[in-house]
Amino acid sequence: MRRLLVYLKDYKKESVLAPLFKLLEALFELLVPLVMAGIIDRGIAQEDMGYIAQMGLCLLALGAVGLVSSITAQYFAAKAAVGFATKLRQSLFDHIQSLSFTNLDRAGTSTLITRMTSDINQVQSGVNMVLRLFLRSPIIVFGAMIMAFTIDVKSALVFAVAIPALGVVVFGIMLWTIPLYKKVQAGLDRILGITRENLTGVRVIRAFHQEEREKERFWENNQALAALQMFVGKISAFMNPVTYVIVNGAIILLIYIGAIQVNVGNLTQGEVVAIVNYMSQILVELVKLANLIITLTKALACADRVAAVFDITNEAPESKQRADASFESVKEPAQGQPYLSFEHVSLTYQRAGAETLHDIHFTVNKGETIGIIGGTGSGKSSLVNLIPGFYPVTQGAVRLEGKDIREIPQEELRGRVGMVPQKAVLFKGTIRSNLQWGKPDADEEEMWRALELAQAKEIVEGKPGGLDAAITQNGKNLSGGQRQRLTIARALVRRPEILILDDSASALDYATDAKLRGALRTLRGNTTTFLVSQRASSIRNADKIIVLDDGELAGVGTHKELLEGCTVYQEIYYSQYPNERPGQKGGRA
Amino acid sequence: MSQKKTMSQKETMKRVLRYIKKYRLVVALSLLLAAVTVALTLYIPILTGDAVDLIVGKGRVDMPGVFQIMMKIAVVMVITAAAQWVMNTCNNYITYHVIRDIRSDAFQKLEILPLKYMDTHAYGDVVSRVIADVDTFADGLLMGFTQLFTGVLTIFGTLGFMLVTNVPITLVVVCITPVSFLVARFIAKKTYSMFKEQSETRGEQTSLVEEIVGNQKVVKCFSREKQVREQFGEINGRLEKCSLKAIFFSSITNPATRFVNSLVYAGVGIFGALIAISGGISVGQLSCFLSYANQYTKPFNEISGVVTELQNAFVCAGRILDLIEEEPQVPDAPDAKVLSDASGNVELAHVYFQYVPDKKLIQDFNLCVKPGQRIAIVGPTGCGKTTLINLLMRFYDVNEGSIRVDGTDIRQITRGSLRTSYGMVLQETWLRSGTIADNISMGKPEASREEIVAAAKAAHAHSFIKRLPEGYDTVITEDGGSLSQGQKQLLCIARVMLCLPPMLILDEATSSIDTRTEIKIQNAFAKMMEGRTSFIVAHRLSTIQEADVILVMRDGNIIEQGDHESLLGQGGFYANLYNSQFAV
Repeated sequence: MRRLLVYLKDYKKESVLAPLFKLLEALFELLVPLVMAGIIDRGIAQEDMGYIAQMGLCLLALGAVGLVSSITAQYFAAKAAVGFATKLRQSLFDHIQSLSFTNLDRAGTSTLITRMTSDINQVQSGVNMVLRLFLRSPIIVFGAMIMAFTIDVKSALVFAVAIPALGVVVFGIMLWTIPLYKKVQAGLDRILGITRENLTGVRVIRAFHQEEREKERFWENNQALAALQMFVGKISAFMNPVTYVIVNGAIILLIYIGAIQVNVGNLTQGEVVAIVNYMSQILVELVKLANLIITLTKALACADRVAAVFDITNEAPESKQRADASFESVKEPAQGQPYLSFEHVSLTYQRAGAETLHDIHFTVNKGETIGIIGGTGSGKSSLVNLIPGFYPVTQGAVRLEGKDIREIPQEELRGRVGMVPQKAVLFKGTIRSNLQWGKPDADEEEMWRALELAQAKEIVEGKPGGLDAAITQNGKNLSGGQRQRLTIARALVRRPEILILDDSASALDYATDAKLRGALRTLRGNTTTFLVSQRASSIRNADKIIVLDDGELAGVGTHKELLEGCTVYQEIYYSQYPNERPGQKGGRA
Repeated sequence: MSQKKTMSQKETMKRVLRYIKKYRLVVALSLLLAAVTVALTLYIPILTGDAVDLIVGKGRVDMPGVFQIMMKIAVVMVITAAAQWVMNTCNNYITYHVIRDIRSDAFQKLEILPLKYMDTHAYGDVVSRVIADVDTFADGLLMGFTQLFTGVLTIFGTLGFMLVTNVPITLVVVCITPVSFLVARFIAKKTYSMFKEQSETRGEQTSLVEEIVGNQKVVKCFSREKQVREQFGEINGRLEKCSLKAIFFSSITNPATRFVNSLVYAGVGIFGALIAISGGISVGQLSCFLSYANQYTKPFNEISGVVTELQNAFVCAGRILDLIEEEPQVPDAPDAKVLSDASGNVELAHVYFQYVPDKKLIQDFNLCVKPGQRIAIVGPTGCGKTTLINLLMRFYDVNEGSIRVDGTDIRQITRGSLRTSYGMVLQETWLRSGTIADNISMGKPEASREEIVAAAKAAHAHSFIKRLPEGYDTVITEDGGSLSQGQKQLLCIARVMLCLPPMLILDEATSSIDTRTEIKIQNAFAKMMEGRTSFIVAHRLSTIQEADVILVMRDGNIIEQGDHESLLGQGGFYANLYNSQFAV
């Protein structure tokens, strides 16, 4: 909680004023029993009607002032709490944006979503409550005690015993329940996870007719959550009765002491009424507090969970981001230096057992088209993910124009690379807004050019509204192939120096795929293209083909060279073109 | 407008009450205990007042009397505390069981909603309903239970006690307090729409978070962090504004009603004092009255607080209940046939289908598949291949015409048995968080480890699984984490291999798998599926060359049909497509 308090910084004024006005309200409220004691002891005893009327007006005035200060306090409290939550939410979102791929893999989406939404909402209610009531309550409690002391020290000693006892109960129950509320939120995470899975995987779940099992699974977790909530509730439910017993016990004592004191003549009847009234005020306040303590406890548990996300930091910065003044000067590769090179690169994913890539070494010249082929899980995607520095290499280095990519500012590096990921993801908005992901200031002409290159022009033309046609979340209103072509267009809009197509044409038919490759060839010279593919036909005309086998480099060369010297490549190629296998009859020319 | 809102609020209330009904015994117990608690709580001031009347002044204190009253207070206090605790526990019980039931119903609804709902609604919004809205509702409901009952009872209880003690002062109190109610109602009415706006904005924000955080890697790929932040900031800013409005205006209720309280208190004070002078009541009674005035008005306070909270809760309840009452898919006919061990005869007759009324997709589609045939479907993207699968699996129902399996219309077959008769592998791999073994055994949870391993071997996934840190027990995150696309496809294939269904649907199931492995998998399938029907959608023509029938689709129609050789001979669309793979 403490580390989240920085987000209240901008609301210092509000955070101070809210309790201050509450204090005013509380003070006025504390004066009420005194006024009443006056009415009893003087007004009634001396039958002074004028005094009673006067005091009556005084009560009304106190009420009115209380109203104004209370509304003011509510306003400041609401403003501070909402502002705090807004800032916190924004900065948590920003923080998630800055996490590295490795950390994203680890954190898990559904828990991040609950923390962003439900947890922060709880914290917001917590802050609002604290500002509004947690200062009011102690003020009333201690104020009542001080007032009691001014009336009679001996009776007031009862307060001095009762209040610490109340404190122990309130804080004891809080401390006990905070970890339990954390568990409750974790249970909520699980329920959210299952709900999400059942939305994203609805086809598979229904295809396997697993609805009943899913319901059971949900029920189990739901039931566990309810049981946990019940348990926490039971403990929290102690708060009210226990405080009730303490306060009423104190009242009994007060009456006893009061009786003795009055008997001796140290106190008046009205004063005893006032003291008992003060004790009742404490009770009323604590009953209110008890309900709010639950809110606060939950808020604290949630705050911890939010803070835990802030604790995930990227251990090794993704790029060293050296403020390098001489950087612009190395735009052109130095003499004899390759444009892009992998130097004995190895990669092991965090928490994965084995190496995914081992000792990969090759160079690429500017403007070349590089095909990457290999078996499933051979490391093709991992290899291209290293180029924009999505994962840090474990050994060796990737160099762009002779410079280790870790030394290039991340933003700049990624700005030069156009990536078409395997999973064709589009975002809610329009075709235009999705294309602007590639280049925020792209004009119509650039967009159409990219669409044309990506063979996506007819998709857009076929949509009512053209570029402004709506795209629903995840592009669910498009077919797989349409999505893929649009994601390719998105990468092309920025006219990247390096274009990476990570098996991005898998949902395209051969004709479209061929047209796409033909179009990409026109970029040759300016754009270095990496084509990851399963299809030998997609890459056979590449300037260089990299063959991966189980994370190791099995061969580098042109189609012709590899077909002669690389057995892995031969196997892949002939499995797709069985007719061309040497010794087979009827091979195509 | 406001009329309509209150109506729907009433409607929501009714629907919520239906959930509470199940726990009416607990509710009754809670009410009873609330009555006990309130009565005893109200009794204590009387006792205190009596005690005060025994402490008149110097030398005029009735100590034995005071002692007796003290004992009484102690007993009443202990009983009250016990009753309170049990009551609170009851309230917790009701609240958490009700929301458990609501959540469960919502989830059960998710399982029977037509796919159309999933395909047209943002996941984040649905998730926000099941999680956040239900949560807010729970808070409101609990508050309602703990404070509304006792509040109302306290009001009536005090009223009764006050009437017994002194009628004129009671009348003063009764005249002033309704003001507090009016104020509370007025504010509540105003804030309902604000809470609704807040809830909707929250839903919108959750949707965005879901979309962006769910696809965080793509965001990073395009260095879109900044823009995404701005987008989030914009919604966040709007949320700040409407939250502030909702929270502030609703929080005025409390001070306002408290002000009415002070009016009541002052009224009782003045009138009470005047009556006391004329000897109408004793000072002790007045002290008791003042304490009542407080206790009588406090619940008005609380109730008004609860009312705002409930406002918010009901908005949320409305959203979740809307989901629960969404039109489900047509249930299986009561006499629906259970398809077991289908022979694989599939017939589509005059099928018409479209997702949206004004966009025709599949028209007069006819196809007859004999048992054991391998049907391949090719065609440009958007030609309706995936739609065809949606229809075969009955994810969507045909608009016209019929689909028959083994001679029975699939609408006359239970969905479960129809779907499990197909083994389906889609291009969009879907894995759930859990172990590799859990993922493979999804369709057959009781499968032994040997069976799982055998399936994985058949799918050629065994070798990579073996190398994972914990083998088959490796836990993967949602969406497979760092597994490659091809590896995920292998797992999905293993899943189907384990179930051995009589029919097979492969929608680009091997698109990310290398061709060598693909051939091996196909052989495995061929062996396992001997004599069984299969539908294969693929772009990779090497995948489908062996098919018995190749359907070439375009714009929702079959334009060519035949086997590889005959289609090549026709020199039509297929031949062009085939030759394009040799194009450079």
